[in-house]
Amino acid sequence: MDIDSIKKEFPIFDNKIQNNDLVYLDSANSSQKPRVVIDRIYDFYSKEFSNVGRSVHYLAVAATNLYENTRTSVQKYINAKDKNEIVFTKGATEAINLVANTFGQKYLEEGDEVLLTELEHHSNYVPWHFLRNSKKIKIEFAEINEAGEVTIEAIKNKITNKTKIISVTHLSNVTGAILPIKEIVELAHSKNIPVLVDGCQGAPHLKLDMQELDCDFYAISGHKMYGPTGIGVLYAKKKWLDDLPPYQGGGGMINEVKKTGISYGELPNKYEAGTMATAQVIAFNESIKFMEKVGIENIEKHERELLDYGLDILRKNNSIKIVGNPKNKGGVISFTIEGVHPHDVATILDEDGVAIRAGHHCCQILHEKLKLPATARASFGIYNTKDDIDQLSQSIENCKKIFNI
Amino acid sequence: MDLKELYQEIILDHGKNPRNLRKTENFNKDAKGHNPLCGDNVHIYLKLNENKKVEDISFEGHGCAISMASASIMTDLVKGKEEAEVKEIVNDFLDMIKEKEELQNKILNEDEKTKLMCLSGVKQYPMRVKCATLSWHTLTSAINDFQKIVNTES
Ligand SMILES: Cc1ncc(COP(=O)(O)O)c(C=O)c1O
Repeated sequence: MDIDSIKKEFPIFDNKIQNNDLVYLDSANSSQKPRVVIDRIYDFYSKEFSNVGRSVHYLAVAATNLYENTRTSVQKYINAKDKNEIVFTKGATEAINLVANTFGQKYLEEGDEVLLTELEHHSNYVPWHFLRNSKKIKIEFAEINEAGEVTIEAIKNKITNKTKIISVTHLSNVTGAILPIKEIVELAHSKNIPVLVDGCQGAPHLKLDMQELDCDFYAISGHKMYGPTGIGVLYAKKKWLDDLPPYQGGGGMINEVKKTGISYGELPNKYEAGTMATAQVIAFNESIKFMEKVGIENIEKHERELLDYGLDILRKNNSIKIVGNPKNKGGVISFTIEGVHPHDVATILDEDGVAIRAGHHCCQILHEKLKLPATARASFGIYNTKDDIDQLSQSIENCKKIFNI
Repeated sequence: MDLKELYQEIILDHGKNPRNLRKTENFNKDAKGHNPLCGDNVHIYLKLNENKKVEDISFEGHGCAISMASASIMTDLVKGKEEAEVKEIVNDFLDMIKEKEELQNKILNEDEKTKLMCLSGVKQYPMRVKCATLSWHTLTSAINDFQKIVNTES
């Protein structure tokens, strides 16, 4: 695969960032955008703009078709059974809030348990926490092991007859652990428990097949998949979308509105209240096409190579501790440098154009468990090369020099 | 931008070996500060005597070199000062970090001011300013007996 030519499709790399070539190692946070996605937004606004699903004029019909085309593309990309199982949201965060809110309303009672893991991002904890207050539910956390992974046994240990839903990440944005989702779903379904997967880090890096995974809900953020910000997807089995109450109320999601009562619209409109992020949804189709063109197998293979190369180099450095050592790991390396705080690391690396993230990465539960206030994190995308990792390693040496290590 | 200006010897020294990193016995004022972006935490303990003079000041916590150095230098400089003087130094420091070129107060001597000015390197790193100011905001909160935890994001 010709990474150099793929990289050329991303205009961000055309320019120097503070006089440096950009070494972008923060794709787990958000990925850069290929030209086709950027151009699509421009073209839509310049030549094709109209609101969708409301008016009958030419532009409105065309825009509605484009919007729905993305739904079909997403359906195919993740192999969902039905186009109406794809709900657009503003991101994975909203997708998870949608499920927590509507499922919580209908199915959770005082004393019921929601099972999460210690790896979860705040967006797969806080929405459930709301239900602690409103419904007096309990939240349980399946524990990580030494390697920073959550095994099927760890999940099994925390399932009780009070467990009403399990909500887990597909791929940890800190340790990189890939969870055994299929087994978790099988186990959960054998006990009649639905499963939500936070697929924020799964969708950009792993092959997805909803019918094979068989999970009940899968949350995706477009901006981590080389797509625009402000767009996400909730995949949900049709039986759930038919069964659960609507989330937000407003235009577009209704059937009939009378002073005495309201009936709600059909899927997928039921969950898409108000004017949606139309341009972003339409441009997101280009992200899907881009990923299909590169091929998810190639993406996985390339990121695997980068990961192995990166781990190899960083492990040789005695001052570096890598956080977690999962057997099944995605392209994320979180680390600490003995004697240098991760924030100082990030500032010093930035001086060389190396963009990483430092902090708790919205995973305070995990960092508390690891007894680390913060970590530094390098994460990969399709445009990264081994040169990027060499530069990372060199800049880490510079950190050590500044701090006399 | 210049990393050497940010990570001067004195910052690295205070960052590595922070002064007054302990808990004052019989403290009569304290406050906690938190920077949710970095996860930096600081807890300031203050003992004011009957004349409202800082008899002792100390801190506990963890954070980056900048935040540790800032807390360390701050506690060194305000020890022995009167409450009103502490407030003036804090405001002067915060003004300097925000916009002013120089420190204006007449309480600290030139050596002390030079030491404090070592922290001015963060001005070029907007994301790091909060690291330098967290302990100072927390000190204000301790003096004013605010119960709320200082949070750099609100
Ligand atoms: C694992 C995981 N879940 C959820 C989110 C939240 O995604 P968004 O902010 O796009 O809604 C992120 C993003 O950082 C993530 O990494």
